[in-house]
Amino acid sequence: MVDDVFDEVGLKVENLHASYGAVEVLRGLDFEVAAKGVSVILGANGAGKTTTLRAICNMCNTSGSVTLGDEDITRTGTAEIVRKGVAHVPQGRGTFPELSVLDNLMIGAYTRKDKEVKDDVDRWFEIFPRLSERSDQLAGSLSGGEQQMLAVARALMCRPRLLLLDEPSLGLAPLIIEDLFERFTTLNKETGLTMLVVEQNANLALEMADYGYVIESGEITLSGTADQLKNDPAVQEAYLGA
Amino acid sequence: MTWNFDILPDFIFNGLSLGAIYGTVALALVLIFKATTLINFATGELAMLGAFLVYVLHMEQGLWLWLSMALAMVLSAGLGVLIERTLTRPFDPEDHLPVVLITLGLFLIINAVAGDIWNYQVRILTNPFGKFPDWVPSVGGDRFVEVFGSRLKYQSIGIWLTLAVALFALGLILNRTKAGLAFRAVSSNVESARLVGVHTGRTLGFGWAIASAFGTLGAVLVAPQLGGVNPNMMATILIYALAGAALGGLDSLGGAVLGGILVGLIQAVLVTWGGVVVFGQLYMSILQLAAAFLIILIVLLFRPSGLFGTRRVERV
Repeated sequence: MVDDVFDEVGLKVENLHASYGAVEVLRGLDFEVAAKGVSVILGANGAGKTTTLRAICNMCNTSGSVTLGDEDITRTGTAEIVRKGVAHVPQGRGTFPELSVLDNLMIGAYTRKDKEVKDDVDRWFEIFPRLSERSDQLAGSLSGGEQQMLAVARALMCRPRLLLLDEPSLGLAPLIIEDLFERFTTLNKETGLTMLVVEQNANLALEMADYGYVIESGEITLSGTADQLKNDPAVQEAYLGA
Repeated sequence: MTWNFDILPDFIFNGLSLGAIYGTVALALVLIFKATTLINFATGELAMLGAFLVYVLHMEQGLWLWLSMALAMVLSAGLGVLIERTLTRPFDPEDHLPVVLITLGLFLIINAVAGDIWNYQVRILTNPFGKFPDWVPSVGGDRFVEVFGSRLKYQSIGIWLTLAVALFALGLILNRTKAGLAFRAVSSNVESARLVGVHTGRTLGFGWAIASAFGTLGAVLVAPQLGGVNPNMMATILIYALAGAALGGLDSLGGAVLGGILVGLIQAVLVTWGGVVVFGQLYMSILQLAAAFLIILIVLLFRPSGLFGTRRVERV
């Protein structure tokens, strides 16, 4: 058990274990994301970052407990977790390459039954004009940065309460990464969307986050506010290149 | 007999109508392959079962032929959903061997059950396009029209029109409905589909349903060319359809139709000239089947994605 760090909890994960076959990848993680807050999980390749997000969405063998708001979603199926308001932008974007940009956005709204889907498409097209220009193009033909924008816009089409971002900076040029993280920050400030980001790019991630965790070999070795982590010598050495 | 170009339109017409049927069955194969990268070897037998449903409803129960066809397509669709739910969903979708073996088992079981119920004799099934309806003005005969000095059968025209309507309907379902969008999403990226809340199992069931309905349609259309329905009616048709699907690209719906039609044309060439000129009448049917295998072999060797299949267009 961890003490509640935040007044209002968006996501609470306790004693999370996950394994692929006989290999245990997560060995009892405890962490939280504040409601309307941004938490970041820092870690090197193979530390278990991607698995952490997959475990939250029940996409691998897990034990422990995952609570969204005040609802236990540990045993909820992936497709139902989406209906409860969790959007996941997987590593490598996870767009639908054979579908048009517009269809990618429409499928993002698959769980919605309201009449405002078209309005939301227009809204994201306004925010990401590049996508609007390529509305009819196949998603597979977009550049890496455009695909990442599409993946984020697609995730937001389901109007989530919680956005999970898996290494959004991976494989993108520095300028594009900065632009992307600025947009994430704006999104969080303007809409109060709760976010959990896993990243290797600690600089930008800590800039955006209000709380952070460091994960090594499937265990959390360090946690604190973003400022505390930024000033932590170990973090500086390992992730900030100081 | 030598090369005789007077019969050119004849073989083109025959090839195009047989090919359209192969294309229909190839569509059934591709619909399931697209979503699961799995060949459903029971496609032909499910189609045969659908044709027998039409036989029972129409010939035995006396229902209107087209109503019987519609009912049979709905029932086969339901059977497709049932098979997906009970026989394929419990298995790991990444591990193809068990599911392929299951479809092979289904092939044998359905064939044996049909043989037990209806025995292996050919039973006549009304040709949906036997004669022109009365309101069509006669231009040659009541079963064909004269085109380029050849007989274009009403049956051929009917098959083409039916396929055109079916393709149009399929296009609407896949491109204009939410279930169709979900199906295309699952075909493109299963994991991401799950992450936007698509129930992938149900969506695959939907694919099985449409595929089974298309198979049934193909079987009903081909029955008159075989003299009627019998439990083994789809055995060779499935091989030609497989050749068509491989040729067009196993994950391309349009490719399946075009590939099927091409195979029909190739077959018609062999029937009209190849068999007679090269090997004599005796080897004709063997030659046709061999050609189908040859097409599959050549495509797999030199262009595994077929003519229209996607070689992934992803940029990372």
